[in-house]
Amino acid sequence: MNKISLIIQREYLTRVRKKSFIVMTILGPILMAALFIVPVYLSQMGGEAKSIQVVDETGLFVNRFENTKQLVFKPQNVDIEVAKEHFARSGDEALLYIPMSELNVPTSAILYFDKQPTLVMTSHISSTIRKEVESLKLLASGIDAEVLRSIKTSVNLMTIKLHEGGKEEKKFSEVATILGFVSAIMIYMFVFLFGSQVLRGVIEEKVSRIVEVIISSVKPFQLMMGKIVGVGLVGLTQFLLWIIFTFIIITGFQAAFPEKFRTSSTETMLVTDSRIASPVQITAGSEEKADTMMNKVAEGLRSINFGTIILSFLFYFIGGYLLYAALFAAIGAAVDNETDSQQFMLPITIPLILAIVMAQYVINEPNGSIAFWFSIIPLTSPVIMMIRIPFGVPFFDLALSMILLVLGFIGATWMAAKIYRTGILMYGKKVNYAELWKWIRYK
Amino acid sequence: MELFEAHNVSKQFSNHLALNKVNISVRNQSIFGLLGPNGAGKTTLIRIINRITGPDEGQLFFDGQPLEPWHTEQMGYLPEERGLYKKMKVGEQALYLAQLKGLSRHDAMKKLKHWFTRLELQHWWDKKVEELSKGMQQKVQFIVTVIHEPRLLIFDEPFSGFDPINVNLLKEEILRMRNDGATIIFSTHNMASVEELCDDIALINNAEKILDGKVSDIRQQYKSNIFEVTCNSLNGNLHQLLQPGYSIVDSAETDSLHRYRIQVPQNTPPNALLQNLIPHVEVHSFNEILPSMNDIFIHKVNETNRANKRTNNEE
Repeated sequence: MNKISLIIQREYLTRVRKKSFIVMTILGPILMAALFIVPVYLSQMGGEAKSIQVVDETGLFVNRFENTKQLVFKPQNVDIEVAKEHFARSGDEALLYIPMSELNVPTSAILYFDKQPTLVMTSHISSTIRKEVESLKLLASGIDAEVLRSIKTSVNLMTIKLHEGGKEEKKFSEVATILGFVSAIMIYMFVFLFGSQVLRGVIEEKVSRIVEVIISSVKPFQLMMGKIVGVGLVGLTQFLLWIIFTFIIITGFQAAFPEKFRTSSTETMLVTDSRIASPVQITAGSEEKADTMMNKVAEGLRSINFGTIILSFLFYFIGGYLLYAALFAAIGAAVDNETDSQQFMLPITIPLILAIVMAQYVINEPNGSIAFWFSIIPLTSPVIMMIRIPFGVPFFDLALSMILLVLGFIGATWMAAKIYRTGILMYGKKVNYAELWKWIRYK
Repeated sequence: MELFEAHNVSKQFSNHLALNKVNISVRNQSIFGLLGPNGAGKTTLIRIINRITGPDEGQLFFDGQPLEPWHTEQMGYLPEERGLYKKMKVGEQALYLAQLKGLSRHDAMKKLKHWFTRLELQHWWDKKVEELSKGMQQKVQFIVTVIHEPRLLIFDEPFSGFDPINVNLLKEEILRMRNDGATIIFSTHNMASVEELCDDIALINNAEKILDGKVSDIRQQYKSNIFEVTCNSLNGNLHQLLQPGYSIVDSAETDSLHRYRIQVPQNTPPNALLQNLIPHVEVHSFNEILPSMNDIFIHKVNETNRANKRTNNEE
C-alpha cells in the first residue's frame, strides 16, 4: 500500500508542477469568468450615449421616444432636406425620418445613418413606433387602452409534484435543467481530459521502457491504480482551483463594477437572491416578468435538494472517471504509441458522446425509458444520471445505477488490469480485439 | 549454498513454448551467466525470476524458501531495454525508484548521494534525464538497480551503451559487489566478459537448457586437447619427430620462431608432449588451448539445432 501512495504522489506532483498545468489552471478561470463578464460588459460598452435626430412630419411620435442610457433622441423642427444636410456635419449617430403619410396612421419610417446602427437602436425605434401606432389604432376603433391593459395576463404555471400522502413539492424544471446539464458537461469534460492523461501517461511509461524497471518493484495493478488515482487527484485539484478562481474573479468584478451587474445575468440573481424578499416596486410589465423569474429561480434553487445533488455529483464524477480511466489505461498498455490508440478509443468514446447527445432528450423526459436505461448502464450513467437527478429520481433507479457503476468500475479495472499486465511488456505487436480478449483470459 | 533455484520451470505463450522444464541453480555470492541466442527464452526466465511474470509450471526458491512477492525487494533488475522518465529530474527519479524498492526516503537519499559521487554524477542531480548523455543515463540506471543493496542482482546486457572506460568501471563495481556478498545473474552475448566475470553459466537454446556448470569445468570439458608450442626452428620436419597419435593442426613461422598447435589423444598429460619435444627443439613457450566460451556457445547451439532438425525431419 505504501508503494501505491508513492506512485500516486509521483503522478500527482510531476503533473501539478508542469507548466501546462499551471497555465491551464490560470487560463481556465479567466476564460470561464470572461464567459460571464464579457457579455455583460459588452452590452454596456460604447460608453457615451448615441444621439439620434428625429424629424417627424406627422408630429405623432416626436415626444414618444424615451431617452435611454445609450440612446438620446433630439427632435428637429426642420425640413428633412435641411436636416439631412445638417446631419452630415453634426456627428450624430443617425437621423430618423417619419414622413407624412396618406393613411391615418403612418407605418413606415426611414433611418439615415453614418455608421451601421446597432440592433438595439433599430429595435428600440421600431418598437416605440409600433406601440404608438397600436394605441392610435385602438383609440380609432374605440377601445380604451386601460381596458386592454387589464386584459393582458401573464400566466404563471406552477409545477407541483404530488407525493403519496398528499405532500406537495414545487418543481422548477428550468433550474433543474441548467443544473443537470452543467453537472453532466463537467463530468464529461473531466472524464475526457483526465482519462486521456492516464492514457498518455501509460504510453509514456511504455515508450520510455521504464515500466519494466518499475514492475520489478511493484505489481502492475499497483502501478495502474496509482496512476489512475494520481491523475484523478490532479483533475480534482484543477477543477477545485478553477471553481475557486472563477468565483473570485467574478465576485471581484462585481465588487469593482457593481453598477454593471445590477439586473443582468442569472448568476447575479443567484448571488443576490436575498434582495428579492424585499418588496419591489412593480411598474412596467417587463420588470414584473423579470421579477417573477427571479423569484422562480430563487424558489427553484431552494426547492432542489442540494445535499443529494452534491453527493451524487461527487459520486458520479469520481465513479465515472475511475471507470473510464481504467479503460483508458488498458488501451495505453495495449498500444505502442498514441496514433495506434485511436482504433481502441472509439468504442470507449462513443458511449460518452452518445450520453451527451442523448442529454437533450433526457432533459425533455427525465423519467422516460431512454432516460432510465441510459442512467442505469455504467458507461453512460455518470452523464445521464446527473441530468436526471435535479428533476428527482426514484430511489430504486439511483441505487441501481450507483451499484451498477461500482460493479462496472470493478469489472473494468479487473479487465484493464489483465490487459495492462500483458500489454505493458508487449512491444512492436499490432494488437487487435481478438488479441486483447486472449490477454483477458490469461491466468 | 544456493541463493536461487528454479525447478522444471515452463512457460507457454499463446503460440510458442518460451521455457521447457528449465532448471537452474545460482550459488550464493557467485556470478551466474545466463547465455543463449536471441529469442531462446532468457528474458522470459529473468522475468519469472523477478516475478514480472509467473511460470506455468515449476517451482522457484529464493534462499531456500519458495519465492514470495516480498523477495523482489531483495532483487535488483537492470533490463536490457533501459528507460527512465525523460522529463523527470535525475535525483528525484532515483529517489522515487529507490523508495519503490522499499528504502526509506532518508536512507535512499544518503545512499544515492554516495553513489552519485562515486560515479561522478553529483552535478547532474537537478538536471532532467533527457539532458543527460546516454552513458550517464545508463549510470543512473545502474545506480537505481543496486541502490537498495539487493542480495540478487540481475543484469541483462549491462555493458551495452557504455564506452570501454565505463565498462571497466562497471566490471569493477560488479566484482566488488560480488565480493561484498551479492549474487549476480548476468545475461549477455559478450562471451569475453563471461569468461572474465562468470563463475557458472547456463546456456539456453530454444526454450531448453542445453548446458550448465562452472565456466572452468565447461572449458575443460570441451577442450580438444590442443597445446600451443613456440620453439626455435629446427632442421627437418617436426611431424616426423612426434609420437604416433600426435598431430599438428596449425603452424606459423615468425622470424626465427615457429608456433605449432598440436593435438594429442584424450587424457595425454602435457608433460608427455613436452618430453617428446624437448630432445628435438628449444621450447620457448608451452600452453594448453582451452576453447573460448564463444566457441562452446556456437558449437553447442549449432549441435542442438542440428539435432532438433533431425528429429523434426524424422517425425
